[in-house]
Amino acid sequence: MRLVVVMPFAMLALAGCQREERSLRLDPPVEAGLDEVRVMSNGIGGAPPKVYVALGRPYENNAFDLDQGKRLYDWFGCTGCHAHGGGNTGPAFLDGWWQYGADPVSIFVSIRDGRTAGMPAFGRYLTTEQIWQLTGYVQTIGAYSAKTAAPSRNDEMQSRPSENRAPATLGALQPPSR
Amino acid sequence: MRPRLKALLGAACALPGASCVGWQSTLSPQGPHAESLLRLIFAFAIVCALVWILVVAMLAGALMRRRRISREPLASRPREERRLGMLVGAATAATVVVITGLTVLSFVATRGLEASHDDALKLRMRGYQWWWEVTYLDPRPDRIFLTANEIHVPIGRPVEIELSAADVIHSFWVPSLAGKKDLIPGRDNAITFTATRPGVYRGQCAEFCGLQHAHMAFLVIAEPPEAFDGWRRAQLTDASAQTTSEEERGRGVFTQKACAACHTVRGTSASGSLGPDLTHVASRRYIAAGLLESTRGSFAAWIADPETLKPGSNMPNVPLTSDDLRDVSAFMASLK
Repeated sequence: MRLVVVMPFAMLALAGCQREERSLRLDPPVEAGLDEVRVMSNGIGGAPPKVYVALGRPYENNAFDLDQGKRLYDWFGCTGCHAHGGGNTGPAFLDGWWQYGADPVSIFVSIRDGRTAGMPAFGRYLTTEQIWQLTGYVQTIGAYSAKTAAPSRNDEMQSRPSENRAPATLGALQPPSR
Repeated sequence: MRPRLKALLGAACALPGASCVGWQSTLSPQGPHAESLLRLIFAFAIVCALVWILVVAMLAGALMRRRRISREPLASRPREERRLGMLVGAATAATVVVITGLTVLSFVATRGLEASHDDALKLRMRGYQWWWEVTYLDPRPDRIFLTANEIHVPIGRPVEIELSAADVIHSFWVPSLAGKKDLIPGRDNAITFTATRPGVYRGQCAEFCGLQHAHMAFLVIAEPPEAFDGWRRAQLTDASAQTTSEEERGRGVFTQKACAACHTVRGTSASGSLGPDLTHVASRRYIAAGLLESTRGSFAAWIADPETLKPGSNMPNVPLTSDDLRDVSAFMASLK
């Protein structure tokens, strides 16, 4: 009788041991597929690649990928223009205003191909997977709602709450009033 | 059954024997620091063994001894009581003496390890997930250079290494030359050792640091001072000129593709600082922190699919055509 009570709890505890899966290696065809974003003619907005959706949009909700994106953000000098989201010579992300679109496809294209206002193209320096990881992370900086996953905390002092404590929801992709 | 047992026994006997020699063993010290640590290990082992034998012998004696059953259990026996009291007192005193002695011994030995030297060779090592960045320091800025995963040291001269970490805690450990010292993000450490005999000694990260902790090794190559100076001069030069058209094309691919964003090859336009400096990568014995011997084939395999060879490594899989891969591997192998 006691076993019947204990067993479900034991199984529940064991199930809790499974951690989030990390994709450490993309098959080359998958990575090639991830590059095929279909962008609107004005370069803002569009449809993500089919592989991206089939994979379950990992770069938006996988903590490992967000964390890798955070590393790349520092490593590839994003802080030089955008600071840690506050903006400098480049626009800020924290204020929630996206000049070239807030959806993942727009951000991906901004990083890969650059933008006319001065954003350089990073497609030459980064692999497609890295650009997606960076996209996911950059989106968290100016997110309107909290995500289900978060990158690891910063060691430096921070000017804002950590990424999973984003501001309260304002409505779908609606920039705050200025 | 018999042969299997024999094999098992043989393996069991060979295991402790094998760990005593070779390029990575505390039990074959190659310098004064490692020797003083080994003396400390022996002193501790002998004292602790003696104490253990004594304790077990006393315990066995007590268990064996036949107990007399007293007719008057409540009667006081002052002489016996005093004798027992003295015995317990003596044992306590002996414990205090042994522990104090070992503490002093350990203190003296460790203090000897920290002594600083004016003529020391100064290096800086920084731990990354999962490789070692090495900077050879010099008062003259033009004699400073970067390398990775392999350090050369002259024999007979103390080597002082500043240790720092970029991401998580790592630990510097070359068993044949020195003890362990942690590399802690935000708190710099230092370690000193001297190699007395020429040789190749293996070092290993000794603090679990993530998926590829086991593949975070490095080599210490101790050589006579003249050979060391020659090596140092060679490392200070720019990358050697490409001789074949294949290598020439490989350099083009390397500088045009994502490689150059993270790696430096001095003498070319590649000047990234996120990954190991590759100016003389083919002169090092291993690539990817002790993972593969540096042959042209290893370079090609590593570039083609780093995540299969070292899952979790931050080296990305850069898509290359087979021609590009052949050229880049030729270029890498030419960087002597």
